[in-house]
Amino acid sequence: MTNHYCDIKNSDCILIMGSNAAEHHPIAFKWILRARELNGAKIIHVDPRYTRTSARCDYHVPLRSGTDIAFLGGMIHYIIENNKYFKDYVVNYTNAPFIVGPDFNFQDGLFSGYDPEKRKYNKDTWVLEKDDAGIPKRDMTLSDPRCVFQMLKAHYSRYTLDKVSSITGVSKENLLKVYSEYSATGVPDKAGTECYALGWTHHTVGSQNIRTMAIIQLLLGNMGIAGGGINALRGEPNVQGSTDHCILYGNLPGYLKMHVASLDTLEKYLHKYTPESKDPQSANYYSNYPKFHVSFLKSMFDDKATAENEFGYPWLPKLDDGVAYSLMHLFDKMYEGKVKGLFSVANDPAVSSPNAGKVRKALEKLDWLVGENIFNNETYEFWRGPGVDPKKIKTEVFLLPASATMEKEGSQSNSGRWVQWKYKAAEAPGDAIPVGEMTLKIMDAVKELYAKEGGVHPEPILNLKWDYTDSKGRFDALKVSKQINGYFLQDTVIEDKAKGTTTTFKKGQLVPTFGNLQADGSTSSGNWIMAGSFTADGENKMMKRGKEDPTGLGLFPNWSFAWPVNRRVIYNRASCDIYGKPYNPKRKLLEWVGDKWVGDVPDGPWPPMADKEKGKYPFIMKTDGVGALFGPGMVEGPFPEHYEPLEGPLTKNPMSSQLINPAIEIFKGELDKVANASEKYPYVCTTYSCTEHWCSGALTRWQAWLLEAMPELYIEIGDLLAKEKGIQNGQRVKVSSIRGSVECVAMVTKRFTPFQVEGKTVHQVGLPFNYGWLFPKDGGDSTNLLTPTVGDANTFCPEYKAFMVNVERA
Amino acid sequence: MDITRRGFLHLSGAVGSGIALSTLGINLKPTRAYADELNKMNRVKAAKQVTTICCYCSVGCGLVCSVDKMTGKIFNIEGDADHPINEGSLCAKGAGFFDLTEANKHRLTKVLYRAPMSDKWEEKDWDWTLKRIARLVKDTRDAGFVKTNAKGEVVNRCETIGHLGSSNVDNEECWLMSVKCRALGLVYIDHQARV
Repeated sequence: MTNHYCDIKNSDCILIMGSNAAEHHPIAFKWILRARELNGAKIIHVDPRYTRTSARCDYHVPLRSGTDIAFLGGMIHYIIENNKYFKDYVVNYTNAPFIVGPDFNFQDGLFSGYDPEKRKYNKDTWVLEKDDAGIPKRDMTLSDPRCVFQMLKAHYSRYTLDKVSSITGVSKENLLKVYSEYSATGVPDKAGTECYALGWTHHTVGSQNIRTMAIIQLLLGNMGIAGGGINALRGEPNVQGSTDHCILYGNLPGYLKMHVASLDTLEKYLHKYTPESKDPQSANYYSNYPKFHVSFLKSMFDDKATAENEFGYPWLPKLDDGVAYSLMHLFDKMYEGKVKGLFSVANDPAVSSPNAGKVRKALEKLDWLVGENIFNNETYEFWRGPGVDPKKIKTEVFLLPASATMEKEGSQSNSGRWVQWKYKAAEAPGDAIPVGEMTLKIMDAVKELYAKEGGVHPEPILNLKWDYTDSKGRFDALKVSKQINGYFLQDTVIEDKAKGTTTTFKKGQLVPTFGNLQADGSTSSGNWIMAGSFTADGENKMMKRGKEDPTGLGLFPNWSFAWPVNRRVIYNRASCDIYGKPYNPKRKLLEWVGDKWVGDVPDGPWPPMADKEKGKYPFIMKTDGVGALFGPGMVEGPFPEHYEPLEGPLTKNPMSSQLINPAIEIFKGELDKVANASEKYPYVCTTYSCTEHWCSGALTRWQAWLLEAMPELYIEIGDLLAKEKGIQNGQRVKVSSIRGSVECVAMVTKRFTPFQVEGKTVHQVGLPFNYGWLFPKDGGDSTNLLTPTVGDANTFCPEYKAFMVNVERA
Repeated sequence: MDITRRGFLHLSGAVGSGIALSTLGINLKPTRAYADELNKMNRVKAAKQVTTICCYCSVGCGLVCSVDKMTGKIFNIEGDADHPINEGSLCAKGAGFFDLTEANKHRLTKVLYRAPMSDKWEEKDWDWTLKRIARLVKDTRDAGFVKTNAKGEVVNRCETIGHLGSSNVDNEECWLMSVKCRALGLVYIDHQARV
């Protein structure tokens, strides 16, 4: 989230799209409803299915799964055509006035530089022009036909009401209603926010769904303000933290880039990822990248990392350039027999991964599997799953009993970036220990073997700093959290030129802010964005429970710690005009008073940008200092474009000749079958959760209260389709895709209504993804036996939300 | 409502369920439940109160665990009324938090091991288990380690071991896993953030 949960109450219009907040984030929904109570906020739900969220919103607009970009592209068109954008904000705080390079173009669904063989773009033409001094050229009148604003306008002029209605199945009347109500927030004293969840990420165009909304929020001046922003209602308790610490192939903790093969030295690596700006008004905060990265290497290898050995850079693994190693790639290689061992920690991929039938077959190829969890699940017991003969499975399986959350100490980061400390309430039962302790002990045992026997490339293992236990040899969360925060590794004098002060820190003191990190090896920080979660003297800010709310906006600055540096709303300088005066004095998030900012922790101490000498642009993490309407970082284009899902009901994309996202990777294994617009699988299908279960159900299915409330798999099927198929409410049905099938109970409902798409009737159905064969015994198997192995082109988030099925009476 | 007959929980759980259900607005009328409620209220007052954060969605609701000072056992978990986000309220899953404690008979309490070709689990101790896992990790890593890629560039990676998980553990545990994977040279590293 750019903002945080309590902040939603400050909104005047809340668009819930890609989320069923009332059922899946009930407490977040309380803050959504509070906005209505306090401000009379409009609450709009756009979703394929009518849910409890729809019931509490002002109204519900059904749209066909996988057509969000078309819907939102139409809104961009509406905002520009009707002059609903916030001009002062757009001109000063976005790259709208920047000039796009002469060789960039867009034709029939493709941007310049496409290589159909590789399904990838060469982005050389996706550039913004610079003047002789290297500063981006601007046309502050926004009239140059090559300026971003005019290019944006031209791109989305194609998203007419007729076109969008025909693609999405949304009536023109409903489109206009949403567009006009939401774009009414494009004024200084109104805030609009968007709440999304997996309904946006689980698509082959997931990242661009979100980016399209980001463009809308920038056009309306809704980024960086109280009650605004783009707010991911994330679905796991610490998915913010696990992402921050990057248990992900492509990043190191703090979103540092993973090392790649072509960058064989630390110098080359740092050069590539340290952005340069010639514009004196751009803070370009990532120019500090080397400080964050070297401090991370120091946290791993401590005094073994020296300038002479490039701080251990050569010890760490390198990815092949341009190659992905996601969960889907892992199971693909595992199916080919190339992966021998797997750690599966507190998850259940045999239920939760796309094309679960392939995943389960892949697991059979493993030599060994280590599971760590509080309950058993379908992954750990794959060797006796449906249709599997244990006598033929060679895999050695270890299932390690873990402490539950209230049986261990540590911190957890919520979606609003609040890092909250948890305390241990009781001992775990039997031999169960925290996952952190398992990690320490397994690695201790591995280190011992390498020390004794030697082995291949032992340096990163033997040199790894790994002393995170207490006096009893148990996992010490506090020690780890201090290492994540970072230390001064030698006596250091920090000079603050702006304030004219110097501060001396002793070796062994904690780093109080990432502004103090150094690139010379004199500081460590396991994750730079968490630097400042402790004071220099060791006060743990994550434990704070102060309820003061000086702004009245619900920032709660003394409750826990929010990264970065306790900032509660990211990009908050954009809530003020170029002189530092709040656009909306009623919701004063920040204000430049005299020579300092007052309010939330500002995005940097510099004066507002009207001060041409010392002032800085508000989007300090962007190289150019402004919000990106033109976003060349995305792999499928700087402007989001509508493409159909990998599996959909159409044979032609109404927008262009490109049916599907041209930049997605196509998996071609024998089990990766696809049936687009097939008569055998005529219904659009989507998947979701329910209030009583969570994700794969691997925790909640073992709980009697929750299971009794939601005991088994069901399919929601519209009453018109049910009548057509002769299916009665409560009957058992078989749901099939080209990849697999599940049996379940039919729930005949009015919540799904058919869509009119390109002149034909398209039915959509949906199933929850919370069930698996292991427990309860008659609860039905995983919905992911149906879903395809395909992911978003940028992130490889699987397309769980739009694929094709058939439904028949069982 | 006869809690015992329906087998919701062990005794301590049934006691805890009174508060949990009452936060959902369900009125438990029977005399016996009411009597339990009184006992429990006294126990809550005398208990050690320990705060924690919910382990389901990412809202980060606060909960308070009541721990019996004599036994060290948790006997009740409810919403933290002081917490600025949930203000004491919880959803159905959060209200059922107690069923994640050791009161749930499905909790894993021993290391389970399944030998190749076997059709059953057997219990093992930690010492044997850690040594066996370390042996497998080292042998797999050493046998499959890739020093250079097809282009001849140095890559120093292990492609034969994957690591999945988790966003359902604490930050400190996440960081340790992230660092462990890199030290081993793993590249197939992923978790629920993507799925």
